[in-house]
Parts: sequence; structure tokens; C-alpha cells
Amino acid sequence: MTMTFAGAIGIFLAGALTLAIFSFLYKDNPVYKFAEHLFVGTSAGYWFVYNYFNVFKPNVEVAWKEAVGFWDYFHVVIPVLLGILMLMRLIPSVSWISRWAMAFSVGMTVGLNTITELETNILKQIGATLSPFASLHFNNGGLGASVNAIIILLAVLAALVYFFFSKEHTGGYGHIAKVGIWVLMITFGASFGYTVMARISLLIGRVQFLQTDWWVAIKHIIGLG
Amino acid sequence: MTFLEKLDRLDRRIIFLIIGIAVFVPLLFRVPIKVVQSPIVQDIYEGIQALPEGSTIMLSFDYDPSTLAELQPMAEAVVKHCIQKKHRMVFMGLWPQGPKLAQGIMDEMAPRYNLQYGVDYVNLGYKTGGIVVISSLGSSIADPFPTDMNGTPLRELPIFDNVKTLRDFAYVVSLSAGDPGIKHWVMIAKDRFKVPVGGGVTAVSAPAFYAYYNSGQLEGLMGGLRGAAEYETLIDTPGTASYGMNAQNWAHLMIILFIIIGNTTMLVLKRRKEKSRVR
Repeated sequence: MTMTFAGAIGIFLAGALTLAIFSFLYKDNPVYKFAEHLFVGTSAGYWFVYNYFNVFKPNVEVAWKEAVGFWDYFHVVIPVLLGILMLMRLIPSVSWISRWAMAFSVGMTVGLNTITELETNILKQIGATLSPFASLHFNNGGLGASVNAIIILLAVLAALVYFFFSKEHTGGYGHIAKVGIWVLMITFGASFGYTVMARISLLIGRVQFLQTDWWVAIKHIIGLG
Repeated sequence: MTFLEKLDRLDRRIIFLIIGIAVFVPLLFRVPIKVVQSPIVQDIYEGIQALPEGSTIMLSFDYDPSTLAELQPMAEAVVKHCIQKKHRMVFMGLWPQGPKLAQGIMDEMAPRYNLQYGVDYVNLGYKTGGIVVISSLGSSIADPFPTDMNGTPLRELPIFDNVKTLRDFAYVVSLSAGDPGIKHWVMIAKDRFKVPVGGGVTAVSAPAFYAYYNSGQLEGLMGGLRGAAEYETLIDTPGTASYGMNAQNWAHLMIILFIIIGNTTMLVLKRRKEKSRVR
């Protein structure tokens, strides 16, 4: 893809700001502070404009202009009204009105999610934990899967016991809760390993950007590329 | 001060420098690594591979530039695979900047593979609402997206001649950095409308989604840069993830060494301190 001079300047600035942020690794400094404040300021401006063009304009302005019947107008007016009610928080004397919009939002989300969450995250997961026991066998290559199924079920039960606080964690019950802690620790360990990979991946992404796009942009600006 | 004590009080900037070198130097040589495929990534590849040529696939870009390093290589690999199989692609995003990232990929791929907008692929853009948008797609695609990203009505785009609702898609791929994202596609597209769902997530969130894969709710999953590198290896097209894995390996090696050195030093010094206290 060909690079324009303006595009090259943009990429050069992006690379320079990346290095400015990285400079914090040495110690806090004015260059880092400048990049940080610039990021906060431009983000606020960017999101304001983006939300106007991607949320407000298509869902209010365009929808109102294209509305033809009562229900089309209804679908625009009600959300706008609720949005205005939400903004009442800014006026202390009538801030309580914003609770109506909040209540609508919470109620609708709960209603929409209750069944789906129950189905996807509870019933299906319980089913997946127990279903291997219907065909449990320890021969013809089924040993690994069967042992896995048993370990998963025991781990789930131990973790649930740990989170059941209505009974004191003592005696045999306490030992099971301790196994639950181990299960959680192993889970956190796996998550931590993945988190390390994620953070290094972000660094790799930035270094790849500096080595390719940024370097090409510099060469373009000084007339070598 | 003994060597171990110096090691215990090592300036953290030295660790930053070593990690920086471990990442920077391998990337200079640009040697792609062929990663061993895991079943979880292989399954998403095989799911798309098994579809009849010309199937329509929904690709939802549910991320923004902050997770570009991990998710964009996955997106590029899946798009290349769809192009190889001559599948038709419908792009959208539950995150505002997602469709722009999809557009960036297609701006490069469409001329290279001679793809026609509206016939081979289309970009619906972003719609606010998360799970509500997905539910709405189940009734009609035109409900949440009366037009594509450029304002063209869907009825004027040939790709939608036989694709009217979410059920008409052969597969949904969600590249997801959080909420809303792949979890909501599983909840609605898979569990309610029975459309196969696969995708990719950031490494941070990957362990949470293995449960959906094990339960069969998720066809397959790419987790982080490694997942992307595996997919690139499967389609035999090394990209930024395969090149990045070399640096990733070196950085992980260094971190493992630091963990071993740090803990050993701490334990030895602790034991010495206890011994000196007893005396």
C-alpha cells in the first residue's frame, strides 16, 4: 500500500508517542506525562464524536427522518426520553428522576438475560460436567477422558464447597474446602500464564509496529522510501 | 553485600531491558515459527474448512485497537481461510471500532483476491446494544442493520439474497476482547438459534472460554497470539503471529528464569536470615 506524506507523519507521531509511553519504564518524566494527557484528551474527543456518528445520529436523527408511522416515532421518542431522564442526574434537585431510566435499563437487562444466562452458563455447563459419566469407560482409549471427567467433577464440587459459607470450614468439610482453594489456585495460575502471554503479545505488537510501519514512515519522511 | 543480596535488590529496569531485548532481537530476524496445533484451534479451522464452498459466514469484530496485536492476526488468518474456501463474508462489530479494523483488512485483501463488495463480502458496521443486536439478527438482519456501513440498503446487496436472518449463516466467528463479545454470540447464536459459533479471544480471557468449548457450545477457539499462530500454520500462511511467536518464546523463557531466580534467591536469603537469628 502506498503511503502519503500526511499518513507518514501520523505513523511517525504514533511511534514517537509509543516510545514516550515506554519511557515510563525508566522513570516518570514530562515526556511520558505529555503522552498520557494527550491520550486522555484525544480519547475523550474521539469517543464523543464517534458516539455521535455511530449511536446518536443513526438511532435518533436518521431514524426520526425516516420514520413513517406511529411505531417508528415511538421507537425513537421513548429511548430519547429515557436518555434525557438519565441526564437528570446532573441536576441535583431532580436527580431522582434518573432512577426511572436506570430502573428500566436494569429491569430490561435482567429480563433479557435471566433465561439465557441460566441456559448457557448454568444448565449447559452442569450438563457438560455430568454427561461424560453416561459413557464412562476405562478401556479402549477411554481412560484419559474418564479420569478427566472425574477430576473435573471433583474439582467443581470442591470449589463449590469452598464458596458455601453457611457451614463452618472445619473437619472433613474443611479439607474439601481446602481442595477447593487448590482448584482455584490452579485456575488463577493458568489465567496468570495466559495474562503474561497477553502482555508480551501487546509488546510484540508495538515492536512490530516500530520495526515495520514506523521505520517505513521515517524513511518516507526523510525521502529514502 | 553478597551476590544473592544484590540479585534480591536488582533494579527492575534491568528486567525491563532484558525482556525488551528478548522481544526486539528475535523480531529483527523475522523467522516464522510453525506452532503445534491444539485440538481447540484445529476444530475451528475444520469447521470452516468443512462448509460447502460459497457458504456465508458472519465475522463479528468485537474488539478495538488496544487488543489489535492479538486479535488482528486471528482476523487476518480467518479471512484468508474464508477467501481460500470461496466463502462469502459478512462483517460487523459489537464494538465501535471493530468494523473499521475489518475494513482495514478488506482494503488490502479485496483487490489482491479480486473480491467484489456486496457479492463476496459486505461490512454492516457497528450497532450499539450488544446481546440485543444479536437477538435482533435472529428475527431479521435488516432490523438492526437496515443499511451497510456505507448506507446502502441490504436489499441492494446480492450477498443478502438468500441470507435474511442469523439462522441463514453457516458459521459465526467472533473475535472478542470482552463484553459484548463471543460469550453473547454463544448465548444467542448458538444456544438459541443453533448456528455454529467459533472465534478468538485475548489470552487474558481464554481460560474462561474453555468451558464453552468442552460443553460443545463453542466449536473452536483461538487464544491470544499463540492461537493466531496456530491458525496461520493451519492455513499455511505465516503472518505477524507466526513471526511474533519467536519473540514470545524468548520472553517466556526469560520470565520463567526470573521466576526461578527470584524465588530461589528469596528462599536462600530467608533461610540464611533464620539461621543467623538462631545463632
